Amino acid sequence: MKVLEISTRNNFFFLSLILIFFLYFFSNSFFSWIIEFPDLLKIPIAKYITIFVKWLIEDADFGLFTFKQLTRAIGSLLDAPSLFLKGFLANGFEFEMANGDILYIPPLSWMSVIFIFVTTAIWLKDYTLAFFIAISLLYVAFFDLWESTMTTFSSIIVAVIIGIIIGTILGIISYKSRNINSILTPIFDFMQTMPVFAYLVPALMLFGYGPAAALIVTLIYAMPPMARITKNALDQVDSEVVELGKMVGCSTLQMLYRVLLPSIRPRMMLGVNQVIMLTLNMVIIASMIGAGGLGYDVWQSLKQLRIGQGFEAGIAITLVAIILDRLSQKIAEQRPVYREQKTNFFKKNIYLITIFIFITITWACGNWFSFFYDIPENLIVSSGRFWDGIIDYININYHGPIRLVRDFFYIYLLKPFKIFMISVPWFVVVLLVFTIGLRIQGLALGIKCSMLVLFIAMSGFWEKAMITVYLIGVCVLLANLIGIPIGIIASQNDRVHKVTQVIIDTFQTLPAFVYLIPVIMIFSVGDFSAMIAVVLYAIVPAIRYTDNGIRQIPTSYLDAAVSVGCTKFQILRRVQLPLSLPDIMLGVNQTLMMGLSMLVITALVGTRDLGQETLIALSKVDPGRGITAGICVAFIAIVVDRLINAWSQKRKKELGLMNNV
Amino acid sequence: MKKTINNFLKSYLIISLLFFSFLVGSIAKAATPESKDTIKVVIMGYSGDNIIMQIYGELISKLGYNIEYTPADYIGQFAGLKSGDLHIGSPGWDTTAKDVMADAWGSGTVLNMGNIGISVFEDWWYPLYVKDKCPGLPNWEALLDAECAKSLSTAETSPKGRFLEGPIEWGGTGNLRIEALGLPLEVINAGSDAALGADIVAAVKRKQPIIAWTWQPYWLPAMYPGEFVAWPEYGDGCYDDASWGPNPDKTHDCGNPTGYMWKSAWAGGESIWPKAYDVWKKFTLDEKTMGDLVYKSDIDGTDTMDVAKDWIAENESIWGEWLK
Repeated sequence: MKVLEISTRNNFFFLSLILIFFLYFFSNSFFSWIIEFPDLLKIPIAKYITIFVKWLIEDADFGLFTFKQLTRAIGSLLDAPSLFLKGFLANGFEFEMANGDILYIPPLSWMSVIFIFVTTAIWLKDYTLAFFIAISLLYVAFFDLWESTMTTFSSIIVAVIIGIIIGTILGIISYKSRNINSILTPIFDFMQTMPVFAYLVPALMLFGYGPAAALIVTLIYAMPPMARITKNALDQVDSEVVELGKMVGCSTLQMLYRVLLPSIRPRMMLGVNQVIMLTLNMVIIASMIGAGGLGYDVWQSLKQLRIGQGFEAGIAITLVAIILDRLSQKIAEQRPVYREQKTNFFKKNIYLITIFIFITITWACGNWFSFFYDIPENLIVSSGRFWDGIIDYININYHGPIRLVRDFFYIYLLKPFKIFMISVPWFVVVLLVFTIGLRIQGLALGIKCSMLVLFIAMSGFWEKAMITVYLIGVCVLLANLIGIPIGIIASQNDRVHKVTQVIIDTFQTLPAFVYLIPVIMIFSVGDFSAMIAVVLYAIVPAIRYTDNGIRQIPTSYLDAAVSVGCTKFQILRRVQLPLSLPDIMLGVNQTLMMGLSMLVITALVGTRDLGQETLIALSKVDPGRGITAGICVAFIAIVVDRLINAWSQKRKKELGLMNNV
Repeated sequence: MKKTINNFLKSYLIISLLFFSFLVGSIAKAATPESKDTIKVVIMGYSGDNIIMQIYGELISKLGYNIEYTPADYIGQFAGLKSGDLHIGSPGWDTTAKDVMADAWGSGTVLNMGNIGISVFEDWWYPLYVKDKCPGLPNWEALLDAECAKSLSTAETSPKGRFLEGPIEWGGTGNLRIEALGLPLEVINAGSDAALGADIVAAVKRKQPIIAWTWQPYWLPAMYPGEFVAWPEYGDGCYDDASWGPNPDKTHDCGNPTGYMWKSAWAGGESIWPKAYDVWKKFTLDEKTMGDLVYKSDIDGTDTMDVAKDWIAENESIWGEWLK
């Protein structure tokens, strides 16, 4: 009976597929509305959004204050802590005195800052980190990036802290209330998949040019993982822990602060790590609307094609990310230590006192030797020429073969696929998505996904959406074709594992803007360059999830496999790969998300996708156009994500993996 | 409890000591401007424009104004100037921002602060060696040749030649010109100025024939030997009257119009910082000076801020007049 059911469902599925292909091939002879979405049904969503945003900014009034005044007030409130920190680290403070004179207090000297960071690492008993911090900050100092780095440090630290606080709160709320959770989840999806350029214009209009708008934009992008991870971790807290809390009579708040949050601390640190990484990803875009700092250095050297300078500043961004990440992980590991009370004031505050003494001494010396205060100019170096030279060498000597590969890819892969995607009628795509959804899970999924596709057709961005699907599709395919095998090799060999870890960590934090110029110089403007840039970035999760997935398989499974006499290859094929498949699928999903987030970069290369639409909206200051294009991108992501997830859930159930993994 | 308070007091003491320890304050006799509100000066990241804005910014700092250099988009800055989020605009070029500027000045919220005194030009540019493949250049008719087009072609445009244009949002009219003059070329748009520049520089370095959109004053045509294509000269009517020019049926059968760099500012600021606005109105630079300054920044690799400061140090006779 059951077999019969499956076979009829299969038949139905294949029948509809055939029908869809029939429609595709013969749609020309049918009605034109199948190919071209009828203008009559198009909704000028972009126009409505623009009108709404303009109304918000120009007319919305709460009586006592306008909406714009409210957002500006929020902006300056959020900006205040980073301004304060910037005073210490980068700009110094200015006070106006009673007689109108200005008292200027300079920022901490470079020596003091290095000393404070290193001492902190020593206090945390991590001497490798102390050494790493010293080297990194010296790098920053001698490559003439000190002030920019300190500016970035100040704004990043504040953004990360605010992101963690808001994320944790939203995570707790979604844990407490299912309803709120079901509202927040799709919002988080939007926040993470919309290309940043899409909401840059409304952010600028509401918060003005400057660090406040940059902070808001950063938070939108970097906060959701914190909320998601907090919520998931809370869901998985052992019921015994909760019981214990109830038994000892915790109030709701006590339960939260004393029981629940401490018990999920290790998992929340993963969220902190994500917030730090994503915040640093935003550094360059934030600088385009007034955040300054290292991001601006990269952006400016990009405009002037100074590869080396861009690279140096990009490395500094990576170093900042690593320092912040390691420091925060170390601080989180600190457990309260109960030691005998030392009454001696100096012994207890030994680190603070050392820092204090150091600062006073360098300050005093600074009066005679400027070396203590300013970084000596003759020690400042640059590797700029070196990087430019490498790119020139490749460009001049290897252009022949590079052009061959590029043209091969373009003629045999990119161009045909692009033409195919543009030629598929919208109606066929809607039907296809519906059928696949129906086949994988049921009517609900089918209708939900096809409605999202219908929205894209109605928005008027159909062709650009299809180009987006084509470009990101090719990139995701390549990233996984290359990334998964690398991940498998890395999982089998510790040395390879270590090397790939360093490489993928670098690629995840090194801003993609840094390699934009070299990629275009070598492969010139076009879809191929965009593809290289996206694959470089999106390959990271493919490698990481595969590697981790295989490594996390309990050794008991492997022992069992060895004891029944499996060869290494058999273990890989029969045990490791099937068991890690859910993780690998998660990686595939992540490559897609990463790929879509790179639409900002592809637009800068010159592709005609939805990313370009958001870029045009940015320069025309048209909020509706950008947001609508952004929504289309988010919908593409959501459709693919839901379909892949439903499929892998189903697959896991069929394989009986649900309980094991 | 007592102990906790005690500890707290001690840490507080240390932290405040720490704070005062770098109270290495210096006291400056400040000039007193009309308002201490920060003037937001737009910078876009292009060296030439940066230098202009930084010279202006450093000059009004001398008058005691608080200023902040705010990065913004070239076209996007006009929305900020209208709303008062930005105050002093980066120069707008007739060649690319004529309509946007006219719209902004017409709205009454943005002031036209006059002409900087530098003429600008944007058109199709090629490195000199392209002449070998397309004999007859700079005359545009050389581009009609199929052999020439072939040497310019890439996988995307083959068999036609490639014309590399700026981003779509710059509103280039390359395809209209190609159509009007019947050129065997196809437009490929770079997505950003950086992509455009990177593609051109890489092609020049490997001596690959290329024709692309470039402008002057800009470091690229200054750094690499090349020429602009000579088109039928632009005249009134070429862009909207089909009968004008060599092709009687199409518009755009001519070169790009030339123009000037213009200064803009938020209208609301004139009453807040009248002196600073007056300096901006008087601010002019000649083309030769501009070329030298850009050369120092782009070819010698000096930071634009240092270039600006050096110019200020050497030219008090010029800016002294503006600050009067």
